[in-house]
Amino acid sequence: MSARLTKFFASRWGIIFAGAVIGVLAPLLQKLGNPPNMGICVACFERDIAGALGLHRAAAVQYIRPEIVGFVLGVMLAAYAFREFRARAGSAPIVRFVLGMFAMIGALAFLGCPWRAILRLAGGDLNAILGLAGLAVGITIGVQFLKAGYNLGRAQKTYTAVGWIMPLLMVGLFLLLLLAPTFSKEGPIFFSKTGPGSLHAPVFFALGVGLLVGVLAQRTRFCTMGAIRDVILMRETHLLSGVAALLAVAFVMNLALGQARFGLVGQPVAHSSFLWNFLGMALSGLAFTLAGGCPGRQLFLSGEGDGDAAVFVTGMIVGAGFSHNFALAGSPDAIVDGVAKTGGLTPYGMGAVILGLAACLLVGFTMRETAPKEV
Amino acid sequence: METVDARGLSCPQPVILARKAIDAGQFPIEVLVESVTSRENVRRMAEKAGCKVAVAEMGDEFKLTLSK
Repeated sequence: MSARLTKFFASRWGIIFAGAVIGVLAPLLQKLGNPPNMGICVACFERDIAGALGLHRAAAVQYIRPEIVGFVLGVMLAAYAFREFRARAGSAPIVRFVLGMFAMIGALAFLGCPWRAILRLAGGDLNAILGLAGLAVGITIGVQFLKAGYNLGRAQKTYTAVGWIMPLLMVGLFLLLLLAPTFSKEGPIFFSKTGPGSLHAPVFFALGVGLLVGVLAQRTRFCTMGAIRDVILMRETHLLSGVAALLAVAFVMNLALGQARFGLVGQPVAHSSFLWNFLGMALSGLAFTLAGGCPGRQLFLSGEGDGDAAVFVTGMIVGAGFSHNFALAGSPDAIVDGVAKTGGLTPYGMGAVILGLAACLLVGFTMRETAPKEV
Repeated sequence: METVDARGLSCPQPVILARKAIDAGQFPIEVLVESVTSRENVRRMAEKAGCKVAVAEMGDEFKLTLSK
């Protein structure tokens, strides 16, 4: 039974099944309370967690998202059930931290990670096309580095307890959500009263979805960045068929639930500043490729014992703090005094995206096995 | 016998290294990997490239033998 399941999930129908299930569940999460076109968004949800902890003070985006907790714990359950939990760490952690930070800064410039880019498109937000194009360009640049010998080095096997750190942190976050303590006067834990952070599906439903997606992702290796990377690198469409299933099923679900609205301007939690939608996701795509996985995949890896992926996740959460504290995140299109106002980036945000691209290029150029070694 | 030691490397590195060995054409090729993900990815790529793949489990590592 276990071998047959493993074989199914490793097959093309397995990954299509996983993508389709996510395509059903994400719009359903939105229907049950999550923000528009944000049934699941790994970057946004980690940003909300950063806000809840007070790592940034953007009052509209503060909530401990149980989906993220579920992702990590679901993966851990599946990894143990199938004897695939492997504690490992030590492959350039500081580089992964920095890549995680810039991946988040890029994602928040666009206002979503690849998962949300797909869900935005499935909801009719055509800005997502620019984002996905940027993502593909960023991944293409990353693939050139991979072909040229870019490599962050080997991870080492380590103590099982190392692999438990991220799952235990997630249990801690979930307890903070349930207990909702206030640590100081007007201090965290913060929960948004208005804005996207105040919109959420019932806690245990969201946790359940997270657990289920975690299990499926662990069995199938679902990855939104890998989907595009594998096509560019080796003409392999295995992972892409999962992402395509997600897009198609989420689109049908959105139509059925009345959640689709086509257009460019005034889309929910989105801006129509085309260039920065494109460049923000290009930065994210490059950072994900250099780190070996999309934000979802990094969470999944951190649940099956990968300490380096856990460092990337931590980098993303810290990056979200910087992003909002330093006004780097994109602001959505809005209607001010009855006039439509296009959102976008502050000059600081633009500078941060450029800086991020430069930093990622530097990582790609300098961390190659073929590069001359310094004595 | 060509040996590719991809233990400790995360994807897609094992696949890239195995692909290079296949292109070099020194069969049989032994590929050592640590995770089931790498095992499946290398197996999928090698089979697509027309290789026969035999997998041996060694503790918590895997040895894939690729032959034409």
